[in-house]
Amino acid sequence: MNRPSSVPTPATTGHDAPGGFWRTYVFSTDHKTIGKQYLGLGLFWAIAGGALAYAMRWQLAWPDTAVPGWGEIGPETYNVLVTMHGTIMVFFVAMPILLGAFGNFLIPLMIGARDMAFPRLNMLSVWTFATASLALAASFFVPGGAAAAGWTGYPPLSARPEYTGVNWGLNLWLLAHALEFAAFLMGGVNYLTTALALRAPGMTLLRLPLVVWQQLAAATLFLLSVGPLIAGAVMLLLDRTIGTGFYLPEVGGDPLLWQHLFWFFGHPEVYVILLPAMGVVMEILPVFSRKPIFGYRWILGATGVAGALSFVVWAHHMFVSGMDPRLAMPFSLTTILISVPFAYIVFAMMATLWRGSIRLEVPMLWALGFLATFVVGGLTGIFNGSAPADIYLSDTYFVVAHFHYTLFSAVVFGGFAGLSYWFPKMFGRLLDGPLARLHFWLTLVFFNVTFFPLHYIGLAGMMRRIANPLQYDFLAPHQWLNQVATVGAMALMATQLLCVANVLWSALAGRRAPANPWEANTLEWTVPSPPPPSNWGPTLPTVYRAPYEYSHPDAGEDWLPQSAAPAVAGARRTTP
Amino acid sequence: MTVRAGEYPVTAGHDVPGLAPGKLGMWWFLASEIMVFGGLSGSYVVFRLGGVGWSAEAAHLQVTIGIVNTLVLLTSSLTVVQAYAAAEAGARHAARLFLGLTILGGLLFLGFKAAEYAAEVRAGFTPGSGIFWSFYYTMTGLHALHVVAGVAVNAVLFASARLCTPHRLELAGLYWHFVDIVWIFLFPLLYLTGGQRP
Amino acid sequence: MLNWMRWLPENVSTYGGDIDAIIASIWSVTVAWFFLTFGVLGVFLWLYRRRPGRRAGYVPGESLRQAAWILVPVAVVLGLDLWIDFRGAPVWARVKLDQPPTDLVVEVQARQFNWDVVYPGPDGTFGTADDRQLLNEIHVPVGKPVRLVLKSRDVIHSLFSPHLRLKQDIVPGRTVSVWFEATRPGIYELPCAELCGFGHSGMKGWLHVHTPEAYRQWLKQQWPAA
Ligand code: HEA
Ligand code: HEA
Ligand code: CUA
Ligand SMILES: [Cu+2]
Repeated sequence: MNRPSSVPTPATTGHDAPGGFWRTYVFSTDHKTIGKQYLGLGLFWAIAGGALAYAMRWQLAWPDTAVPGWGEIGPETYNVLVTMHGTIMVFFVAMPILLGAFGNFLIPLMIGARDMAFPRLNMLSVWTFATASLALAASFFVPGGAAAAGWTGYPPLSARPEYTGVNWGLNLWLLAHALEFAAFLMGGVNYLTTALALRAPGMTLLRLPLVVWQQLAAATLFLLSVGPLIAGAVMLLLDRTIGTGFYLPEVGGDPLLWQHLFWFFGHPEVYVILLPAMGVVMEILPVFSRKPIFGYRWILGATGVAGALSFVVWAHHMFVSGMDPRLAMPFSLTTILISVPFAYIVFAMMATLWRGSIRLEVPMLWALGFLATFVVGGLTGIFNGSAPADIYLSDTYFVVAHFHYTLFSAVVFGGFAGLSYWFPKMFGRLLDGPLARLHFWLTLVFFNVTFFPLHYIGLAGMMRRIANPLQYDFLAPHQWLNQVATVGAMALMATQLLCVANVLWSALAGRRAPANPWEANTLEWTVPSPPPPSNWGPTLPTVYRAPYEYSHPDAGEDWLPQSAAPAVAGARRTTP
Repeated sequence: MTVRAGEYPVTAGHDVPGLAPGKLGMWWFLASEIMVFGGLSGSYVVFRLGGVGWSAEAAHLQVTIGIVNTLVLLTSSLTVVQAYAAAEAGARHAARLFLGLTILGGLLFLGFKAAEYAAEVRAGFTPGSGIFWSFYYTMTGLHALHVVAGVAVNAVLFASARLCTPHRLELAGLYWHFVDIVWIFLFPLLYLTGGQRP
Repeated sequence: MLNWMRWLPENVSTYGGDIDAIIASIWSVTVAWFFLTFGVLGVFLWLYRRRPGRRAGYVPGESLRQAAWILVPVAVVLGLDLWIDFRGAPVWARVKLDQPPTDLVVEVQARQFNWDVVYPGPDGTFGTADDRQLLNEIHVPVGKPVRLVLKSRDVIHSLFSPHLRLKQDIVPGRTVSVWFEATRPGIYELPCAELCGFGHSGMKGWLHVHTPEAYRQWLKQQWPAA
């Protein structure tokens, strides 16, 4: 590794630091603390994003009544709500929870490392994200209000203040993005370096738990796709501030340039969100069906194919954008073909259940909920993916339904699956069962009550980002669908209170968790819950086998920890 | 870079051969940087192929300054390599000397660039005077910021003998080469595509 | 609930039927897979629920023989994907690529937050004295191909006619032209489908599809001279 000559006198930080409280809980370099900090920030923004959604939904259902607790909502305000809801949910909820929280907490624990390769950089990452959060929050309070050009921020609308009446709000919006990207680039560099360089003895690449692989895939996709958008954002900021003309046709610019740069990032980005969630589910399915994941290597292959394809599908967001129409069918082909690797992954998840011994514990429920809702969202993606069909569907609520079935399944179902699965490890307490089950079932029901009707109203032609459907005669007869969705949404939000109550209750007064409550194989379950500052004692664990050796014929127990010395005859034989 | 999150150094007990975290991390970082400049240059090229009257605009750039600056950067890349070599050999003073030269190179480059900008602005070419100039100022400006960052890093190493280790010099060198290579792309893209002045 | 097609507004254009057919066929493919996946999922959850004394089977699924159980359905998916696109290509071409020749050309200039509709007048050329500009109304005869030349004066808008199955973003700095042939007289809404500012919600016009004689009447009022 690096030469001793280059090793500076170690700056002791973390739990045992003299700094006490601040160094331990605030300016900590401990990957577990940083993961929890990301989780906290993500949950905060989830509530904010949910609140905006509530105002939007009410406005859509009863446009000419004031929103209880908000007051009248004019069209300007509505555009702010849509824009900030989308931005918050994608960049300030999905990313920090699925990558920031799970990535930081799990990677070192699962590969047998004491911390990330660059703990200080890691701390910088979370604080950069906190600064981004601050910038985004501030943008609500500057004169002119927050950004209102959609979470996709298409110029010229976003390039000239006079078009939206928003000036500083949008600059801060761009600043928040820049900081957010920087934070997750630092994170990504850390994840990739750590997982490659700091694996415990015996932890070969093909023994890495799949969630680690999915985190690495996500980090790589992000690393390789965000650059052009950063460049694009710089250009947009300059257009707004010093009068360049990248997106302004008057001076030879082209508005479509932004759309290409945004979606070149945007589509990989949706997989950056999806893959970690899938990874979580791939951890849970084997544990609760007591079987190896079906086809570990094949799943890695499928993930690779999907990741590669995701770089050549971006123009499916631009079928009717005015780009050269001859480009549409090639992109339509690549887009629809991406269902092949995902079909493989979905089927592999289901095959993992086959001949299993399925325990419907809370994490398993969420994992299955993810599977069910994602399939629906994926299938509606095919409608959008067909260029001719998308002529009609583009920019309608059909798309809105599509991406809530995909995003919500990843962030909420995938997120809660992971949270309930690793909660004992994170907080050292068991999550209360009955309440958690109730929370799951109500979320599943009300999620569908909220978003399934949106498919229909989308097919009926309702456009996105409109503040008042009743302004259109052809939509009036379908308004009841909007009202159903809104009632569902409010119930859905109320349901989340159950979770808050449950988490608080369990974290404070729940039963103490043993090291390995689920009888799982991976390394994080070999350390106490919660794990001590540098995870392992003087010696790191040694890894002897693949992560999912459940119900192995040669083993007595129906589980076989990765680090258990091969007393078991032949345990080696079956392992990569 | 060995930091302790607890009582044990992060890297203790690992026997992963040949993968120095520092270097690996730097490469990942550079990969993302390449995508940033890639996106910018890519957009430029696509516009350029589609647009008209560009080469006339490009003809207003001072190719000579561009050439000089290219040489300056190339030399500084050479000196940073020598700095690393010297440090490896344990010749601390030589190392600092070459590092100093590298810093000088960076400053020289920035000086020329500033002069160039000044001249162009005086001639009435601002970022607002058309799409070519928008790209020109943005691409070279973003690159200049990276040069500043590189100079800053080198300066820190130069200032502190404790920090000035071969390992760190190597990483700083990697970054400096990247800055250099980006310029190698920008120079022909912007300067050498100029046709007749109108 | 199950038949999604009945939610679409009535189709009144010659190519709308093709688009609906594509949506319908994707619908049948995906619904089939929906029930397949959920069916299998349900069966597995029931059959392999945890029961005392039963131990799960050890199936790594790495060998080609085992993976084949998945590769075969995946191959079917691949086939269906290709089928969907091969059916889609000609429709896309008909709607967006090969526009039929026509002498009825209308220019639509989008701006925050209206459609300015310009008719070239009897002389058939734009920019002449007999041009006529209407606000938020397009008048066309039934059963005749119409070309719309789309331009924007400020931001991106999107001309959308749910009934014609027509949608096209209008990007400032570009001129995009689309075509349609209406099949049924009537008055249809023309909403804007791309966020274009605070007036986006409610930015709309009306498409008047006249019978041939009614259309001639309308021309008379507009250009009495001719
Ligand atoms: C996690 C987020 C996520 C995920 C996973 C996906 C997955 C997919 N998306 Fe989606 N999408 C979004 C988030 C996501 N999307 C967002 C946020 C938008 C809107 C952006 C905006 O404009 O604001 C969007 C918009 C969007 C559009 C643009 C619509 C428009 O604006 O006009 C398109 C068009 O092609 C599309 C396609 C797809 C496809 C083909 C997939 C595929 O990956 C799906 C593959 C999965 C399956 C197909 C299911 C599993 C397979 C089977 C069960 C086997 C059977 C399958 C077949 C026979 C086909 N998406
Ligand atoms: C992760 C992404 C995400 C999530 C979770 C949601 C959640 C919701 N969204 Fe979302 N929405 C988007 C992403 C998301 N949305 C995007 C990208 C757009 C496009 C914006 C644009 O057009 O510019 C959009 C647009 C959008 C519209 C269209 C507006 C328009 O076009 O005019 C509507 C309308 O009904 C809507 C409603 C809702 C509702 C009722 C919820 C409810 O589900 C909210 C209630 C749920 C909660 C409050 C709890 C959620 C909890 C978590 C997310 C964290 C879970 C925590 C752990 C697992 C630890 N959203
Ligand atoms: Cu014009 Cu929306
Ligand atoms: Cu996409």
